[in-house]
Amino acid sequence: MTFVQNIGAITLDWLISVGRSGLFIVQSILHKPKSLRVATQLFIKQLYSVGVLSLVIIMVSGLFIGMVLALQGYTILVKFGSEQAVGQLLALTLLRELSPVVAALLFAGRACSALTAEIGLMKATEQLSSLEMMGVDPYRRIIAPRFLAGLVCLPILSLVFSTVGVLGGEFVAVDWLGIHGGSFWSLMQQSVYFSTDVVNGVIKAFCFAIATTWIAVYQGYECEPTSEGISRATTRTVVLGSLSILALDFILTAAMFGDF
Amino acid sequence: MKSKQLELFVGLFIVLGFASLAYLAIQVSGLGSIGKGDVYQIQARFEDIGGLTERAKVSVSGVTIGEVESIVLDKELYMALVTLNINTDMAVIPVDSAAAILTNGLLGEKYIGISIGAEEEYLKNGDEITDTQSALVLETLISQFLFESTSGDDE
Repeated sequence: MTFVQNIGAITLDWLISVGRSGLFIVQSILHKPKSLRVATQLFIKQLYSVGVLSLVIIMVSGLFIGMVLALQGYTILVKFGSEQAVGQLLALTLLRELSPVVAALLFAGRACSALTAEIGLMKATEQLSSLEMMGVDPYRRIIAPRFLAGLVCLPILSLVFSTVGVLGGEFVAVDWLGIHGGSFWSLMQQSVYFSTDVVNGVIKAFCFAIATTWIAVYQGYECEPTSEGISRATTRTVVLGSLSILALDFILTAAMFGDF
Repeated sequence: MKSKQLELFVGLFIVLGFASLAYLAIQVSGLGSIGKGDVYQIQARFEDIGGLTERAKVSVSGVTIGEVESIVLDKELYMALVTLNINTDMAVIPVDSAAAILTNGLLGEKYIGISIGAEEEYLKNGDEITDTQSALVLETLISQFLFESTSGDDE
């Protein structure tokens, strides 16, 4: 009987935490800001720390992933004598899969873990309760700008990732391996559709942004206010965030590209 | 960090995002080069279109002059009805021209090649190319070859 009770208790706990995180995010984004100027300033500060500071890691990894894709694609395609199709392979893999997913995974590791640790430390040092005592709503002041900044930044980072990846791949394929530049670009342009490939990539990145940033701010806000608790919450953010990105990616890919 | 400097970096970040979007739209997906310029439509019925897809290119002597607009099944004749968008500056296709579904290289994409006829009258919007050649389907080709070689043995 205790086993069944345990299962029930775990399920109920899980459902409660899901419900609480849902209410948490709805409450923090539905709040109307008291002063639009202050809210914008807070938002811009978060755009800087979440987006601008993640730019370097995104650009460097985009460059290398593009270069590796071009190199790998070339070694296989050259056996069939169709090495011009490297451009097509590069652009489609980057736009459809790699740039939203890899950018989101890097984002979860670089930005979301920092969000959790920051909010968790605020809780541990009782800054959140002090804010409440001063009559400042922590949802509005702390949570909302961070969540919204995540939603804006990840799609932009994903677009930058694709662009840098295509440029890196072009450098390897055209400038280094000597594929004809004209056929490289024309085959790419023939097979890439703006409305399906580029737009779907942005939609994917936006969905991943909702998932990871939501997990990050919730884990930070609900963490145990000790140093161990913060470290556990940060780990959970990266693990749950990455897993939810990969699971969501499967669902979104099936919905977007599945209807043959 | 000063607020002005912060805003500058965030502004740069957002501009970079839009620049990437523009780059992906124009250079990678080629939205600019195949603008929806002035086109006129002609139709062609094929027995078998093989792997022809929408937006496949239509070419004369290897030069792209348009693209495939839509592919539907003609329910009366059970043939594929293909609508082609041809650029208006290429409105000089004779009425007795022939359309064939060809393959670009060994593993390449299917496209429509138009062989120019000899008439002096040109195809207009909504006209149909009657002389068509279906896509080469490998299975049909092999079975034809096998059938011919076995019947040759019998004689």
